[in-house]
Amino acid sequence: MALLLEQLLNGLQLGVMLFLLAAGLTLVFGIMGVINLAHGSLYMVGAFAAAWVAAQTGSALLALLAGLAAAALVGMAVELVVLRRLYARDHLDQVLATFGLILFFNQGAILLFGRQPLFVDIPEPLRGAVEIIPGVPYPAYRLAILAVGLLVAAGLYWLIRHTRTGMLVRAGATHREMVRALGVDVRRLYTLVFGLGALLAGLAGLMAGPIFSVQVGMGEQILIMTFVVVVIGGIGSVRGALVGALLVGLSDTLMRAYLPALLRGAMQGPDADALAAGLASMGVYLLMALVLLLRPRGLFPAHG
Amino acid sequence: MAEPSRRPRRVSPVLLALPPLLALAIALPWIAEALGTPASTGLATRMAIYAIAASALNLVLGFGGMVSFGHAAFFGLGGYTVGILYAHWSWQEPLWGLIPGTTSLPVTLLAAMAVGGAGAALIGALSLRTRGVQFIMITLAFAQMLFFLFVSLKAYGGDDGLSVRRQGEFPGLSLRDPAQLYWLCLGLLVAWLLLLRRVTRSRFGQVLAGARQSERRLQAIGIAPYPYKLAAFVLSGMGAALAGALMVNYARFVSPDMLAWTKSGELMIMVILGGVGTLMGPVLGAIALVGLEYWLAALTEHWQFVLGPLLLLVVLFARGGLMALLRPGAGA
Repeated sequence: MALLLEQLLNGLQLGVMLFLLAAGLTLVFGIMGVINLAHGSLYMVGAFAAAWVAAQTGSALLALLAGLAAAALVGMAVELVVLRRLYARDHLDQVLATFGLILFFNQGAILLFGRQPLFVDIPEPLRGAVEIIPGVPYPAYRLAILAVGLLVAAGLYWLIRHTRTGMLVRAGATHREMVRALGVDVRRLYTLVFGLGALLAGLAGLMAGPIFSVQVGMGEQILIMTFVVVVIGGIGSVRGALVGALLVGLSDTLMRAYLPALLRGAMQGPDADALAAGLASMGVYLLMALVLLLRPRGLFPAHG
Repeated sequence: MAEPSRRPRRVSPVLLALPPLLALAIALPWIAEALGTPASTGLATRMAIYAIAASALNLVLGFGGMVSFGHAAFFGLGGYTVGILYAHWSWQEPLWGLIPGTTSLPVTLLAAMAVGGAGAALIGALSLRTRGVQFIMITLAFAQMLFFLFVSLKAYGGDDGLSVRRQGEFPGLSLRDPAQLYWLCLGLLVAWLLLLRRVTRSRFGQVLAGARQSERRLQAIGIAPYPYKLAAFVLSGMGAALAGALMVNYARFVSPDMLAWTKSGELMIMVILGGVGTLMGPVLGAIALVGLEYWLAALTEHWQFVLGPLLLLVVLFARGGLMALLRPGAGA
């Protein structure tokens, strides 16, 4: 029971991390029609910037600010220099160009920081564990990630539902041409949305730092899962991204936790563990294939 | 009486250049030997193998308009077919107690193409029910599933992959000799290109091109595009599997890396670099990318730092790829 609760929380925590990445990706997808493979690189930029500043200054607050600023600035620069030219192109060109960006960013990170993973300490106040129910301690840092993720989700909801910018974002996701025709400065809107997406990716990256190690290639691992989330949720839908992220986070975590035990009943220990790990990794893709076959436009299609 | 004048056929310079280039390609191992760079034969073998895989992808991507982001799956399936058949041959133990292992190259190549084709039939049948971004993502998802499946198969090396310590045997050839393996790959590449040329110029190819331009119009004239697209997808999967099988014979090693999504990306890059929807484009793209990687890697450890922006420039400024550069004004 305690284990199940812990795994559920782990799943939710992976879910909100995925949501932070997926929210930006789905907006960029939905509004600008761009497949941005380099979104994972922004996650990496946030993580590296925060890790570096934390190592230099020892201040968690400065690290946080640095991570956010670096990701947002790099993101907006990428939009201005590269992506802006790709809006009118087909998906093929976008995939290729952003693939090129990945190579550039990954190798750039190796040049700057080397191949060794960086390790980041958990900030002092969040180091302990909290008893969620009596007798079940859970790391405070992971709870903090959960809280931040949910806060961001609420903030995004407010931004998109109740502000003028949000109105444009919604309009852009459903009727892109019309927004342009009505004389909205879409270029500024695009840069803004992209910057916001990059900021959230950076936030996810810097929070992931103390849990996973900060290393080159960390962006791609999570990027593919983020795409799964976006496609399951329905491209362009932030609500879909939230539902998809929690679904993927929970199912991935629970399968990893419980499949080995299930399989061990049927076959030998090490073989069972290896196969279970493989099946658990396959699980989210299976989920996505199922969703797409039943609802080809995802759970919450944004485009009419 | 004057003959009705036929429109003079414009022969493209690319076509004219083909026979001497082919002669050069055949002579390459001797030239490499004479120049004292025998390693070039291996490099050329890799180029020929990737050219097969890239042209296979181009059949669906360029001619059929289906952006598959999971073609490494078929490349890897072909590779693993060779690897697994070899493993069972070396263990003297039939696969599932039924299929005896083998190292005979004609058998393993055909088996690889059968497995790749079957995989493509299954994945294609499901994926082709979606389109656009969803198609890109679902093909990626299936490739990832296979990737993790092979990672988890400890019997075949799992993460570490499988060494194939014995070269495939081809009657009349000794594939231990790099030159003979190269000629085999080159011959298969030429045969594959001739097949693709026939396919794309047939009625089947016309329907496929029609499906790329407008499925609705195709349906309006009474042709259901789905079976055509699926057939193209299967043929493409078989080609990629053939390339994968050859690659394992060349590298004598197969690992899940062959199915990684970055490999799918690389194949796409070759197609786009060379020229989407052209017969020779993917060949040029494969030569260019494999060559570029080789020479940049010799120059600097951080060659990707150069390759990335280079790709970006190609996408942004050289539309139509290398083929468009070779015949200016012809329109890709």
